[in-house]
Amino acid sequence: MSITLSEKAANYVRDYLSRRGKGVGLRVGVKTSGCSGLSYVLEYADEFKPEDIIFESFGVKVVTDPKGLLHLDGSELDLVREGLNLGLKFNNPNVKDACGCGESFTV
Amino acid sequence: MSLMQISEPGQTLAPHARRLAVGIDLGTTNSLVASVINGVAECLPDVVGALLLPSAVHIAADKIEVGEDAKARSALDPEHTFISIKRLMGRGLDDVQQMKPALPYRFDPHEPAVPRMHTPQGWMSAVEISAEILKPLKVRAEERLGGELVGAVITVPAYFDDAQRQATRDAARLAGLHVLRLLNEPTAAALAYGLDTHATGLIAVYDLGGGTFDISILRLRQGVFEVIATGGDTQLGGDDFDHALALWLMERSSLGTAANEMLSAGEQRHLSRTACAIKEALTGNEQTCARLDLRGETVWSGCLTRNEFNTLADPLIERTLTACAQALKDAGIAASEIQDVVMVGGATRVPRVRERVSAFFGREVLTDIDPDKVVALGAALQADVLAGNKSADEMVLLDVTPLSLGLETMGGLVETIIPRNTTLPVARAQEFTTFKDGQTAISLHIVQGERDSVEHNRSLARFSLRGIPAMVAGAARVRVTFQIDADGLLTVSAQEKITGTHSEIQVKPSYGLSEENVEQMLRSAFDHASDDVHARRLREARVEGARSLEAIDSAMASDAALLTEIDRPILLAARALLDQAIQGEDTQAIHEAVEHLENAALPFIQRRMNQAVSRALAGHSVDEMAAQMQR
Repeated sequence: MSITLSEKAANYVRDYLSRRGKGVGLRVGVKTSGCSGLSYVLEYADEFKPEDIIFESFGVKVVTDPKGLLHLDGSELDLVREGLNLGLKFNNPNVKDACGCGESFTV
Repeated sequence: MSLMQISEPGQTLAPHARRLAVGIDLGTTNSLVASVINGVAECLPDVVGALLLPSAVHIAADKIEVGEDAKARSALDPEHTFISIKRLMGRGLDDVQQMKPALPYRFDPHEPAVPRMHTPQGWMSAVEISAEILKPLKVRAEERLGGELVGAVITVPAYFDDAQRQATRDAARLAGLHVLRLLNEPTAAALAYGLDTHATGLIAVYDLGGGTFDISILRLRQGVFEVIATGGDTQLGGDDFDHALALWLMERSSLGTAANEMLSAGEQRHLSRTACAIKEALTGNEQTCARLDLRGETVWSGCLTRNEFNTLADPLIERTLTACAQALKDAGIAASEIQDVVMVGGATRVPRVRERVSAFFGREVLTDIDPDKVVALGAALQADVLAGNKSADEMVLLDVTPLSLGLETMGGLVETIIPRNTTLPVARAQEFTTFKDGQTAISLHIVQGERDSVEHNRSLARFSLRGIPAMVAGAARVRVTFQIDADGLLTVSAQEKITGTHSEIQVKPSYGLSEENVEQMLRSAFDHASDDVHARRLREARVEGARSLEAIDSAMASDAALLTEIDRPILLAARALLDQAIQGEDTQAIHEAVEHLENAALPFIQRRMNQAVSRALAGHSVDEMAAQMQR
């Protein structure tokens, strides 16, 4: 079971964590909302909680909770440039259907 | 899927959460606010369903009224009811006091740079009053959209200069609005019609508002609109159609034309309203019947056909077409080259206006979008893009620099770094070098404008780069970078390449002038006036010194024999001192050196005088001289 970052994504997250000046890693997860059921959570992690599951990619810690792992297992986060925008993208093998924009999905 | 940004803990946005942004048409007569809701731009109504907010502000001691309420006050309290305040934006007191008709406001005589008007709540500037118009629009938008706005796109006339644009930005800031961008009104109208999706084209925007007429010729290139010509008439608008019709009514009324002058303000308003109603009725009908009641009796009743109204309207429309022809001439294009004609402003509903404008440009004019709303709707579409609600490939860059930006170089000339009409954001760099041997600092003077010489352009800022290693002239390499971000903020930085010494300045905000800057500029004009006097004195002292040097040199050359071995070195030392002082900048030192040289030369000069006198007298008797003197 794992959730990983691509090398580019790891460098990006590390860079942002250091600029932010605090944080122990990147928290990923899911929450119930949106037009297609679930949506992603992508936040800085300031602390680890007892139920957290911690992975590490290229030296960056990726944190999720059991519910997140259920929906995100096998996902890789990649750094993608689309036009003028630069951001992270979930490549999630569990997604069965997503809404048009991909902001929410079902598994 | 879309790209995600990392959020602070617990702050991940819900999917499809939109960043709320609005477009605001801050008009001379009326203002509107619009936003993109579910992909469609819509104007937002106030609580009673009205879309247009009259751009009128009434200031009382205890409250500020805006809109219809304020407009109603204008008859009772004209001094404190501010209408058409947009005309005062970014203007100096002199400009404002020359406006016709004279404004009923009392101006603070101690503030010539920024006119401030008397109100029961103290002196207020046009910026502060405009902010009062923006505030209820912001509240309206936040209530309708259900959240805080991330920003607004505010439209300004294409002919607004930087001071006027800056005043608009300042008004928005005072109203608590973040300005995503200022957008030219004609560009907004063209955007509302989706004309930006075409690759290239020439567009005319015909804007006949309540009190002003504007014609703008736009060129579209790669999704960027460039205003290539503007024109218009600030004293011509839809209201003039009402006046013409009102006059026509009075001529036919039982009161006669002469009574027109005797009508009270209330009666005048009733007359205008009747005329306006007839005009509006004739938009949909070929003929309308009405009656005019004044002073308790019906003074006129009858029917008017559209053709009769057209006869009244034609001279006014003719004036707008003359302005159109001039704008086309300025742009250097023919009417037939215009691909789209966008109609803006309520008065363009008049069928005769559409007819004549269509005939003038030789094509159907665009009228599908409500001409009152079209500017606000275009601004809303732009705000939606700028707030980040659209993907990058839909992003359209629209802003261009209205004037060239450059640096002063030797001899008071301007080196343009960013030419006008460059699309924003932009960064341009150029290398400069030192003028004199051993020069360790460079002073950078940023100017804006199209003229070759600095004094004819607008000075934006000065800063200096120090710590350049001493080198022969021309050896230092200083890279100066001009950068303007999407908000129009100009950053100028200079870096010396060998040591990496760096200095920069932000011309804030935007490359325009804030009100304080205007004041500062006026003050600096005074400061420079004294600089100029100093410079003149220095030049004069140098000329005087050079003249003394020349005189002493020629005297020494012709009468070297009169120089004693004692005063020769003293004289030479004094001469060298003056020579050195002339090279310097110190006026006083030059004067002192001149005096010193004259004192040092005194014995020598006296001997020369004596010699000259004795030569003149030699061979003449005393009697001869006495006889000569008595003559």
